[in-house]
Amino acid sequence: MSDTSKVEKTDGVVEEQTTVAPADDPTAAPVAVVDPRLLIREEGLKGYWTEFKRKVKGGELGSLPVVVGLIVIWTIFQVKNDLFLSADNLSNISYFMAATGMLSIGLVFVLLLGEIDLSVGSVSGLASTVFAVFVVNHGMGQWLALILAVVTGVVIGALHGWFFAKIGVPAFVVTLAGFLGWNGLMLWLLGDSGTINIPSDSGPIQLFGQSSFFMDQAIVGAYLLAGLAVASMLIGSLMDQRRRKAAGVPFRATSEILIRVGALAVAAFAAAVVLNNASGVSNALVIFLASLVIVDFVLRRTTYGRKVFAVGGGIEAARRAGINVPMVRISVFAISGGFAAIGGMFFAGQTASATLNAGGGNTLMLAIAAAVIGGTSLFGGRGNVWSALLGMLVIQSIQTGLDLLNMNTSIQYMITGGVLLGAVVIDSVSRRSQKAAGRG
Amino acid sequence: MVHVSATPVLALRGVSKRFGAVQALTDVELEVHAGEVVALVGDNGAGKSTLVKTIAGVHPIDEGVIEWDGKPVSINRPHDAQGLGVATVYQDLALCDNLDVVGNLYLGRELLHRGVIDEVTMEQKARELLSTLSIRIPSVRIPIASLSGGQRQVVAIARALIGDPKVVILDEPTAALGVEQTAQVLDLVERLRERNLGVILISHNMADVKAVADTVAVLRLGKNNGSFSVKDTTHEEIIAAITGATDNAVTRRAGRRSTEAAK
Repeated sequence: MSDTSKVEKTDGVVEEQTTVAPADDPTAAPVAVVDPRLLIREEGLKGYWTEFKRKVKGGELGSLPVVVGLIVIWTIFQVKNDLFLSADNLSNISYFMAATGMLSIGLVFVLLLGEIDLSVGSVSGLASTVFAVFVVNHGMGQWLALILAVVTGVVIGALHGWFFAKIGVPAFVVTLAGFLGWNGLMLWLLGDSGTINIPSDSGPIQLFGQSSFFMDQAIVGAYLLAGLAVASMLIGSLMDQRRRKAAGVPFRATSEILIRVGALAVAAFAAAVVLNNASGVSNALVIFLASLVIVDFVLRRTTYGRKVFAVGGGIEAARRAGINVPMVRISVFAISGGFAAIGGMFFAGQTASATLNAGGGNTLMLAIAAAVIGGTSLFGGRGNVWSALLGMLVIQSIQTGLDLLNMNTSIQYMITGGVLLGAVVIDSVSRRSQKAAGRG
Repeated sequence: MVHVSATPVLALRGVSKRFGAVQALTDVELEVHAGEVVALVGDNGAGKSTLVKTIAGVHPIDEGVIEWDGKPVSINRPHDAQGLGVATVYQDLALCDNLDVVGNLYLGRELLHRGVIDEVTMEQKARELLSTLSIRIPSVRIPIASLSGGQRQVVAIARALIGDPKVVILDEPTAALGVEQTAQVLDLVERLRERNLGVILISHNMADVKAVADTVAVLRLGKNNGSFSVKDTTHEEIIAAITGATDNAVTRRAGRRSTEAAK
């Protein structure tokens, strides 16, 4: 092990170092003065370990609570019922997490601003009803109706955002009003019938349904997706490394890239094997994952994403930097509404109907819990969209596990409430220790 | 050091500003040359902040002329001032705690590479800028929250330089800093002068003013109360101009006597 780290010292440069780079590079930038008290990560694996310990102490928990939580939850349910870790059940988890996960993606945007959107559950239910009314009562094409339903969600979200950003009503109250109001509108649209069944032989409802799989259940489909993810991460990291080397700024050592890509490869191909052992990768999951990739790109690599983080980190700073704060706020709520509507379509796909219960119950709580458990802070400015995936894995595991154990809804609600509280406590405590460690 | 002969890069001629019943500025004159540090001093409520805000475009002026390179210009919005090349570092630094140093430096004017934020070039340029200013920051990739007050101040000043301004306004940059950090910021002010920028420095600290400024402009009750060359002026004279101690019974008697003697 010590040999590897020595080799790394000659060609690798540590991320947090201010001085640059390969000693044989004559164009290297002038050596900057480094504060001697600064913690610089050591090279090699030992460096990762000390860095990791320091981060945990400093409250930068990252995805640690999720991974630990997931292991604990899976162990408990597996002990209680040995069907839990079966391929079929894991496949169920992967399918059912997509719908609430979509709501969670939208909520990540809102949470990054340090705000909350309590209306996503109701908006998702309303969107599925709008879709059903257009398709069944008016005979509209399913794809057109889908677009109209999503537009409905976006407009509703923008309306919430407008009240919040322009009128100055706290987002909590606006979306609480929306929570009740849009649910009422949904009930009114459904009328006496209470349920509208949607034909699910083709179109989006079939696509979002439980019997729709990527590449029609071809074994190669899952491996193709996993390979695509691993290859694009590897190529992206290496290209980034090359550009950074050329520009003379610190870059990731090749060993670090390989470790990261290796970890992704293990997870992706393990998931592919498990899903192939069941019935394949559901299209709902594929769409969910694709949305995560797109949204992650938007948040991290575009000016819009930077604006969202800036507004979440300091409104005054954002305003002085020329960022149109009200527009960012309105757009974020519109995005939240849009994703809520897409999530609603997924719910409709699960049951091939629009029902009174759509988006009700604990849907909202689960979506918020997923985003927070995944590591997106309630206090704004910190987090990423992958928290929607990690958090949903935890939440859906609990849901599916409790269903498997035939737990009553009452118990489910209590456990979900407890998990949400736990996630928020972890968030608050880690924020406090971040402040103590000078990283708040 | 002071190029008095050249046209001032920024000049205020007879600027007045009223807020309702309050006459905040009356006929104020101010000149800033390239490569000159002008300290703007005065008691609380003397109009320093208002004057700076008129230059920065926060408050449009009511009367008078603002000249830029000798030509009259109108500054009605912060955008106008930025367009001319005025960068302002306010006392509350307004940095985003959650973004790293590079993110803050380029906030609102990110460099793009095929429509995507170009982190590599931004980081490269940020490091170049910080090293030419000899700014000591542990890493350009740590969040602002991890930096000390002095480091935040220099980051905020460096941020003002990203847009290649000609005049930099610093609002009490050393107010909350310790000895070493103050020295760093004062060094930085001198480096701004070496880069041939005009600097307007608001400060209550006479030692800082004496250390780096070329000219001291004193405001008292919204009016000019003298403009001094730092080299030829004592500490006490500046304090006297700030507090208005020149205007007391003794000086009035002296003034009256000299006019009587002239008769």
